[in-house]
Amino acid sequence: MQIGKIPDQVIRLAVLFAVAIAALIVARTVFVPRTFGELGHYRAAALDVAAGQQVMYAGMTACVDCHSEVAEVKGRSFHRGLACEVCHGPAAGHANDPTASRPTIPRERGACLYCHEFLPSRPTGFPQIIERLHNPMKPCTNCHHPHDPTPPHVPSTCAACHGQIFRVKSISHHSGLECKTCHDAPAKHSQNPRLYLPKKPATREFCGKCHARDARSPQEIPRIDLATHGGRYVCWECHYPHFPEAS
Amino acid sequence: MTEDRDRRQFLLSILKLPCSLAVVSTFGAQMLDASQEQGEQGKEEGYIRADHYYGMGIEVDRCIGCGRCAEACKIENDLPKEPYFFRTWIERYSVYVDGETVVDSPEGGIKGFRPAESDRSIMRSFFVPKLCNHCDNPPCVQVCPVGATFKSPDGVVLVDKDYCIGCRYCIQACPYGARYLDPRTKTADKCTFCYHRITKGLLPACVEVCPTQARVFGELKSPASPLRRLMRTSTLQVLKPYLNTEPKVFYSELDREVR
Repeated sequence: MQIGKIPDQVIRLAVLFAVAIAALIVARTVFVPRTFGELGHYRAAALDVAAGQQVMYAGMTACVDCHSEVAEVKGRSFHRGLACEVCHGPAAGHANDPTASRPTIPRERGACLYCHEFLPSRPTGFPQIIERLHNPMKPCTNCHHPHDPTPPHVPSTCAACHGQIFRVKSISHHSGLECKTCHDAPAKHSQNPRLYLPKKPATREFCGKCHARDARSPQEIPRIDLATHGGRYVCWECHYPHFPEAS
Repeated sequence: MTEDRDRRQFLLSILKLPCSLAVVSTFGAQMLDASQEQGEQGKEEGYIRADHYYGMGIEVDRCIGCGRCAEACKIENDLPKEPYFFRTWIERYSVYVDGETVVDSPEGGIKGFRPAESDRSIMRSFFVPKLCNHCDNPPCVQVCPVGATFKSPDGVVLVDKDYCIGCRYCIQACPYGARYLDPRTKTADKCTFCYHRITKGLLPACVEVCPTQARVFGELKSPASPLRRLMRTSTLQVLKPYLNTEPKVFYSELDREVR
């Protein structure tokens, strides 16, 4: 075969190239998924696959639609920010068809301890208990209603919550002092501790009421001259008031 | 003439190979298209991807380390039950008085934490929830050889499970350890911000169950979103900012020890 002056081998090569390019085009149409490259270097349909996954947690608004009376109680309690499904488990099935399945009700102590067992790593002020010391073996729900967990008996002594400070103070020279000697705690502090904070001493003169040269206090209390002792520092920058002999 | 016949058989088998490959791949492509149709059923009416751009804020000083987020994530996304596969998990940082920092995450925090058993005194300790940072400049997407992982128009980094070849490049490339190989499908898997939930207007499962609202999810574009409010009112940091991955998970009150 000879077309004009084009050599035979060139034509053969051209045919081979044409076949290869055709094969490539066919292969691309067959192998590359339909939506690839629609939005970027990926299959756009994968977005719909990801969006089509089954929902397990219905969300708190779905629960509140029917259980509004529980939501109202819970909304006024310390658990107001706690979603229902944290304790009751995923409930999308129940939300879609209330008769199909019932969410679980955790009654054992362990369920509350996920959040409320004492851990030094937890933020200060978060209510925590030491499980083996706090009414052992008693179900939490005996005293705390989970939807309104404020205990029926508010703590009467400071040590109920501030046990660590209480224990340290009890072996120090300040063991004879009551907490209210230095801290003026509002009555509501025992019900709503973070909203009504107790007061702390603010000046050197407060400590001076017992420790100044001219203070009218028992003779055995160590005295300092407020004018020269410690310069312009306040007392608790060097002396820990709950354990003042430690330096 | 045996030699000649051998050659002919060899050439014939060479011809058969691409044919059979083509048949298999065509079926594969059809299956992908089928999964696409299945996905279209789950498509939400009125959800416009371009209108959204998601991020997450994490208030570290609110995290109590209860592990409910990690558990909810496993349930919501039907992850393997073994304690090695997490889309989100909680790390406990313990900074000792001598300066050493120990990070632990027993079972991702799902079963809760026990007090650290050490005689040394701890100076400070806190929990840090971790998850995929949904980087704006994701290294995992750059390395994927087939385009199976990508950043969606609404800013979520996703994995196309039907297209992933399981080569693990992305797992290596992620500087945050947020990816793993799903042992059942042998494909890469990671946090999706619960894409199936957020496209329906729900919150991601971990945000939904967080008892202390340590996790804040929202729009990065809308000035009224809870996330933007958090961004206005607190100093935020991201993990490994020197890598220029531009994470969209922001941490407030983050300790300098956090890696």
